[in-house]
Amino acid sequence: MFRQSSRKDILFEPLRSTGIGFYAFVVLLLAVIAWGAYAYYLQLRDGLVVTGLRDYVFWGIYMTNFVFFIGISHAGTLISAILRVTRAGWRRPITRMAEAITVFALMIGAPMIIIDMGHPERILNLLLYGRLQSPILWDLISITTYLTGSLMYLYLPMIPDLALCRDRLTDAPAWKQFMYRVLAMGWHGDEEQKRKLERGVAIMAVLIIPIAVSVHTVVSWIFGMTLRPGWHSTIFGPYFVVGAIFSGIASILIAMVIFRRVYHLEAYLEVKHFRNLGLLLLVMDLIYIYFTLSEYLTMLYGNERADQAVLQMLFGGDFALPFWAMVLGGFVLPALMLALPNLVRAPARARAPFPVLRPVAVAAAVAVLALITFAPRTSPTASLQVASLLPLLRLFSIVAALGGLFWLALPLMRAHPIATVVTASVLVNAAMWLKRYIIIVPTLYNPRIPIQNVPSWEWAHYAPTWVEWSITAGAFAAFILLYALFSKIFPIVSIWETFQVSQETLVSHETLVSQETLEHAPARVEARAAEGGANV
Amino acid sequence: MTENKISRRTFLKLFALSGVALGGVGSWLAQLLRAAPPASDGGAATFPAFTADASTTGRLVRAPAASPPAAPSSAAAAAPRRRWVMVIDLAKCDGCKECTNACNAMHFVPPGQEWIKVFENRDNEVAGAYWFPRPCMQCDNTPCAKVCPVGATSKREDGIVLIDQERCIGCRYCIAACPYQSRFFNWSEPPHTPAELAQPYSVEWNYPHRKGVVEKCLFCPALAREGKLPACAAACRMDAIYFGDQLEDAVTNHAGETVSFTQLIREKGGFRYMEDLGTEPRVWYLPPRDRVYPAPKG
Repeated sequence: MFRQSSRKDILFEPLRSTGIGFYAFVVLLLAVIAWGAYAYYLQLRDGLVVTGLRDYVFWGIYMTNFVFFIGISHAGTLISAILRVTRAGWRRPITRMAEAITVFALMIGAPMIIIDMGHPERILNLLLYGRLQSPILWDLISITTYLTGSLMYLYLPMIPDLALCRDRLTDAPAWKQFMYRVLAMGWHGDEEQKRKLERGVAIMAVLIIPIAVSVHTVVSWIFGMTLRPGWHSTIFGPYFVVGAIFSGIASILIAMVIFRRVYHLEAYLEVKHFRNLGLLLLVMDLIYIYFTLSEYLTMLYGNERADQAVLQMLFGGDFALPFWAMVLGGFVLPALMLALPNLVRAPARARAPFPVLRPVAVAAAVAVLALITFAPRTSPTASLQVASLLPLLRLFSIVAALGGLFWLALPLMRAHPIATVVTASVLVNAAMWLKRYIIIVPTLYNPRIPIQNVPSWEWAHYAPTWVEWSITAGAFAAFILLYALFSKIFPIVSIWETFQVSQETLVSHETLVSQETLEHAPARVEARAAEGGANV
Repeated sequence: MTENKISRRTFLKLFALSGVALGGVGSWLAQLLRAAPPASDGGAATFPAFTADASTTGRLVRAPAASPPAAPSSAAAAAPRRRWVMVIDLAKCDGCKECTNACNAMHFVPPGQEWIKVFENRDNEVAGAYWFPRPCMQCDNTPCAKVCPVGATSKREDGIVLIDQERCIGCRYCIAACPYQSRFFNWSEPPHTPAELAQPYSVEWNYPHRKGVVEKCLFCPALAREGKLPACAAACRMDAIYFGDQLEDAVTNHAGETVSFTQLIREKGGFRYMEDLGTEPRVWYLPPRDRVYPAPKG
């Protein structure tokens, strides 16, 4: 029946044919991974001396990567489990790619700890002599539980699709057919099977949420349980969990836009998916800003000596640039990008000269402010009061200029909602990586006992070396590779769920198998769903 | 669905029960996490007894006061009925760093590490600067041993915190936990000398040194057992470092001056560094007043 694949059969297309571009991409990724592996070999041979880490700053970007990857692993839980439990119907085309992020991010994130260890070959000591009093054991237990649960949660809802692959991809290579046949576990979609599957998926969806919350909580407790200023904070648990979901949503948005473009999934990943997830991202962004303010204001106001040293480094010292870049560029700007295009009324056609006037007005305002701000400081007319206001004015003019630029870009953002949401996501993920760096390193710069008489500058300062950057690049490449390969072997969109007629009624397995082309017609599906009644 | 609903009464019962259970678990956890009880009236009978050595999982157990000490294993046997303590008189320390040098030499300390490091402290703008030698504080409420995932670092009955470098996985969490920055990591294979390599590895000496593990001051346990002062105290020509047994209530310095530990601390206003952190160090300091040396320029 399916001797040749139809061009329209877009969901199976990545599984059927692979272009030269994909192979080239895989080779590139493998090269990066090999380079990272070589760097790790050097580190194993010579010790961690090849990193920029020393006795004061003894944790660096390996730990940053660890927290970052565990963070984005929360993509799967949120999209899939929370939206499944709350029966948000629009989640269906996204669930699979979200769950896959979870699994692969954990597979890459957890080993970052092992890479950071002085004696990775003694990893089994954690099982032989593990002490439950140590937060590292909490992480070990929590993360392995999460990985196991996530694998099950990825696999269970995939069974009907694996059966579809088995029955439709009859021209696939023998090993693939064998794999589909084994993994489909004899699924043919009868009532009994459906009932059991629904039950299993529902149980896993509920179970996985507390596990996911526990994971990022105990990751934060690695820091929170110490007596270090900047780490020893009671809000670290929820702060990290919110941050994880925040960066998880950003990651799934980035993945969505890539798959949409590369695999031509425009019919499945619609603007509404980006808009809904963008709103979720906005909510998490605002909560994260709130937590950040709460954390730093408490430290700042109490003004303990040890805290003060860390804060000074963040607000105006060595880490001021990444810190403010993170806060303004990674938290505030994305919030504006996600909120304003939805809130501000589109300019009416009638006000035609406005698009012309707009840049002119902005430029004029910025010019005036710049003139005030950067006017010669020793001007005889400038009184002392004005001079003391100058830094504030300068800041104000910079903010005004950026605000003006943003205002100019607003119509553009409104015209390209997907690009806007994804740009915000990229900013968010960059900021969240920085955030983890900023949590770890500045605290280590400020131990309770002063840094004195160190053997050399490197001893008390941290600059990641090429080895660390190479291993980091290798980790990211490995993550992308796993994800890309997954999308070539398994349907990246959950077919049986996307073609679900309503909350209660599935399209039968036979229908999905026998249809010449699987064409997603959202309107029709939704109309039928409305007839079915109980849809959300 | 209705038949599955839990009645209000049952719910309240369950709620109360789980509250009680949580409370029990909580108090058990609090006991587990606290390595030492708050010091009471002193004296041998009420002293916390730790039964942890390199051969156990490193769990800190507070044994009943009456129970006999745990059977010592060969290398890491704690000195019986001892509770080592150090007192450093800041009024005497002139910052010559002889303690550091002697320690480095005796333990073949890898380059870049100072197991006993002399800091130049200044508490505020008004008070003058003073020298501040910092060994490992051998805390009784041990932050480092508490977080060690594999029990490689553990508290011994005689109060000494040891590191089993054959078990250490090199995660450096103990370094993160230590507020005194007393712990070091061997980032590369340390340079070796034949004298060092000739020794068999022992947790009481921690050499031959190796890469990828954590190092620190150990209070020279082998010397203490023989009744000798640790390397730093023996080398202190200002007689500033006292070392001894808290149970015996006697500490001795380089000059051979032996004094009552409690009397020394009580009369000279002895204190422990960062007492407010609750780590309960076994290293005490005497305040830097009436100094017998010129203060650092600071």
